[in-house]
Amino acid sequence: MPGLRALPTLLALLSLAAAPVAGQQILTGAGATFPYPLYSNWFATYGKQTGVRINYQSIGSGGGIRQFIKGTVDFGASDASMKDEQIAQVNGNVEQLPTVIGSVVMTYSLKGMGGRRLRLDATTIADIYLGRITSWQDPRLKALNPGVTFPKLDIVVVGRSDGSGTTFVFTDYLAKVSPEWARRVGRGTAVRWPVGLGGKGNEGVTAQVKLLEGSIGYVEMGYALANRLSFAELKNQAGNWVIPTLATAQAAAASIEWAPDTDFRVSITNAPGANAYPISSFTWLLIYRNSTKPETAAKLRDFLRWMLTPAAQAQAERLHYAPLPPVVAKLVAARLPVLRANGRPIP
Amino acid sequence: MTPPDVTEASVNPWGDRLFRLFVTLAALTVPLLLGFLVYELYLGSAPAIDKFGFGFLTSDIWDPVKEEFGAWPLIVGTLLSATLALLIAVPLSLGVSIFLVEFAPKSVRGPIGFVIELLAAIPSVVYGLWGIFFLIPLLRATLFPFLRDTLGFLPFFQGAIYGPSMLTAAMILAIMVMPYVMSVSREVLMAVPTSQREAALALGATRWEAVTGAVLPYARSGIIGAIILGLGRALGETMAVTMLIGNRHEISASLFAPGYTMASVIANEFTEASNDMHFAALTYVALVLFGVTVLVNAGARLLIWRVSRRGGGTPA
Repeated sequence: MPGLRALPTLLALLSLAAAPVAGQQILTGAGATFPYPLYSNWFATYGKQTGVRINYQSIGSGGGIRQFIKGTVDFGASDASMKDEQIAQVNGNVEQLPTVIGSVVMTYSLKGMGGRRLRLDATTIADIYLGRITSWQDPRLKALNPGVTFPKLDIVVVGRSDGSGTTFVFTDYLAKVSPEWARRVGRGTAVRWPVGLGGKGNEGVTAQVKLLEGSIGYVEMGYALANRLSFAELKNQAGNWVIPTLATAQAAAASIEWAPDTDFRVSITNAPGANAYPISSFTWLLIYRNSTKPETAAKLRDFLRWMLTPAAQAQAERLHYAPLPPVVAKLVAARLPVLRANGRPIP
Repeated sequence: MTPPDVTEASVNPWGDRLFRLFVTLAALTVPLLLGFLVYELYLGSAPAIDKFGFGFLTSDIWDPVKEEFGAWPLIVGTLLSATLALLIAVPLSLGVSIFLVEFAPKSVRGPIGFVIELLAAIPSVVYGLWGIFFLIPLLRATLFPFLRDTLGFLPFFQGAIYGPSMLTAAMILAIMVMPYVMSVSREVLMAVPTSQREAALALGATRWEAVTGAVLPYARSGIIGAIILGLGRALGETMAVTMLIGNRHEISASLFAPGYTMASVIANEFTEASNDMHFAALTYVALVLFGVTVLVNAGARLLIWRVSRRGGGTPA
């Protein structure tokens, strides 16, 4: 029976194939989907320059935090910073380092705006999403947009149905500017929307908004720019009208008071800066402050240094992610020496 | 080593034993997997089961921020969308398969069957995108206003028309389950002995009478089996439904209103479930979905069993 005789040989071959390839260093990370286009770009460029392979799985921020807590990855990534009880689960062994800034834009579908942008302020957005403003004929909308004739339509409110960092940033903003929102809905990656439809992903929300005259939704800025969606001009905390750009997103981050020992868990929605776009947020990498793998820790630290170089930050800009303002980039760079491996400084 | 000769191999019991062991293991993997699945789901959902108990099944609040969860709108949405889908898909698929088996010339049979089976090979995300960009605009411009104008006195066809809705999801589901129901029922109809038809025709029956009186009753249990297969597919379908159902945790009488299904909420919120109770609640939903599927399938088995016992049926 030649078939059976060959079995041991076959098994041996199989086990050989399954054996790990020794000597190759691969860093693994998992988490946020929002910065994934940038991260995959960064990791590819970095891999070409240094030969260090970084494998990133965009499984979502929640998943990224969970994997990081379980210790199944070398680093995590999240659009929402870790909460205190999550930090306690890793005994405080985490540095949350911001990488870039993302913004959320209000997109809408209204004919007859005459080339003008819709203007909204914080409480109006909150009241639309709370179902308190239901018609485009509402006097408060007219007051914000003098000279615009709105259609006699009900407002169709569109939110994200899938849990996402974009929703977290948006609801964080609403919770800051509207006490009622904070009480009734709160902030989270998924919330109980008082009114409206749910679209899956940026593309789902966009499709819904494009389809329905009189609808309004929120999407991530890079997506809106890439798809040339119309988006609203917002009144920020300083009372100025701002449109979402990389510069206004950076202005939001720069206008925060930064303590030198900050843990970077800073919400920059509704930021005070004169030119600050109000619905912006950092996205973070989660790094073990004291790693048990010295080699991995060193490689990761080197990558973080590289990430802060002007070339890497410019790469972010090309992909519509706002780079860290200099003040924050300096703080992150100053934090890197804190990282340890087995309690000792990383060489 | 001497080369093995045939007689030695035929009395050598090892081959047989090994083969027996292999197939036994293969057979055992299924119940084992199922056991692990239920066990894992139970473990994962334990915090939610402790907190909400059976009230989870009847509560209609889903608030991840305040950590209050209930699955009632999801259960209703899942069953309703699947049932609606079958109501649309079954008559169509049966019509197609009866046409193919009883009426179509040979030259048409192959191509039509092939095209319909091809529908099963399209990924569901493609169905979802097609639904968003083609089906929804079409329905919003034609069928939905028509239904509201003609049947608007029924509560099912009232209210605002957004596009994404229970009815849209059911229609895409119907298209997705059609190839399954169609190809299985076609096979079943083809298995009906020709003598059955010839006997009916010989007695002076028309083609219609032969099909309804002799062929369909003979194939009854097999056709029910085909429908059950479609139902299972409709209950579990995730991506296309998520993209088209509007994703709202509400039960509405109107089919134009958005709804939600169990599979959709898991797909939507699982990756970003940040707090533990949210995670447990989603796992609990998965457990409930599993339970509903088991119940539906058990009911279907019972139905097939009773139908085939009543006589005149081929085993499914």
